[in-house]
Amino acid sequence: MAMAVTVIYDDRASGASSAVEKNDELWLSFEDLTASSGWEHKPQGLCLGDRCVPIPPSRRSEFVAADGRFNLAAFARYVEQPVVHDAAAGVWLFGESAALRGQALRSLEAPDFRLPDLDGTLHALSDYRGKKVLLLSWASW
Amino acid sequence: MYREFADRNFVIVAVALDTGGADAVRAFIRPSEPIVVPAPMQAIMGWSAEQYAGAAAPTYPCLIDERHVVAEQYNMKNVPMAVWIDEEGRIVRPAEPAGATDGFRSMDRKTFTLPSDIADAGRASRARYTAALRDWIERGAQSRFALAEEDARERVAGPTATDALAAATFKLGQYLHERGEPELAKPWFDEATRLSPDGWTYFRQALQLEEVGKASGPEFVARLRSLGERRYYEEIRLDPTR
Repeated sequence: MAMAVTVIYDDRASGASSAVEKNDELWLSFEDLTASSGWEHKPQGLCLGDRCVPIPPSRRSEFVAADGRFNLAAFARYVEQPVVHDAAAGVWLFGESAALRGQALRSLEAPDFRLPDLDGTLHALSDYRGKKVLLLSWASW
Repeated sequence: MYREFADRNFVIVAVALDTGGADAVRAFIRPSEPIVVPAPMQAIMGWSAEQYAGAAAPTYPCLIDERHVVAEQYNMKNVPMAVWIDEEGRIVRPAEPAGATDGFRSMDRKTFTLPSDIADAGRASRARYTAALRDWIERGAQSRFALAEEDARERVAGPTATDALAAATFKLGQYLHERGEPELAKPWFDEATRLSPDGWTYFRQALQLEEVGKASGPEFVARLRSLGERRYYEEIRLDPTR
């Protein structure tokens, strides 16, 4: 039975009404798959922009069902992305893989971000290119 | 220090890791009355009254990171942590404690005082860090504190798969909390702390969401004590050869 869940992907929350949950599996229609995660199901595999991840033919049934749904949770685990799921709240959250974060840091290219100040004005780290930056974290707590 | 160097192609970008958002940090960034710093902290910082007045009204960008995005991107597990980024946007020193030491752990919580040798060591650590920063601002890549690429890369610790899972777990807790379901959020915050025992940002932020001030309350003190000989702030290796 299809149901509605909230999918949080790349820090963006969206509703998916086609979801079928089985324990740690989350099956979504191809439409919901793309709407919530950006990944598109194509003949060459699952694609996000120029990047395509082939689905191994021997394991196809783990990812693609006969009813036209795709198991996003299994795919996330396949690409070593963390997946957490609160069954009571109906929320699935997909995080960033350690490998991608680590690669980004080890490239020594400072990861960019865009955050508001107290007045709500957005500042990106890259706005300060051309200056030396001391990036300093703190907290009120 | 910032005023001294602001016109020398240097900027501080301060990022508050605060799920509580602007309301949580406003009094620190734009105080309506002077910020009261406890005496032991003053002893460690070793600032003059003028320096406190200046620090109370920063002129550099103070950004608010409700989702702790920067902590995840730069693999920061505590605050305050700092990263040095050069004019081309390259990391020359990955995240490390910005001069902060474990000295505050020696505070007598009854008398609220700090042994003078510990306070001196804390001040000295900050002074060394500030001197190193000054050297880099003045000399750029020629500064011995600007790490060579291989040294900088070697110091990037993690994140591990467990760190990534802890980050996702914490984020789910934050989302549920934001949605107005703190009782659903709590187990995820607890799980994030279990997965990442040194993830102090998770532990303390979650406490603070339960009640303002709790981040420095008895739970924090108890967890700090359970560290025993282990460090709260990792050692600062200013010297590139160490």
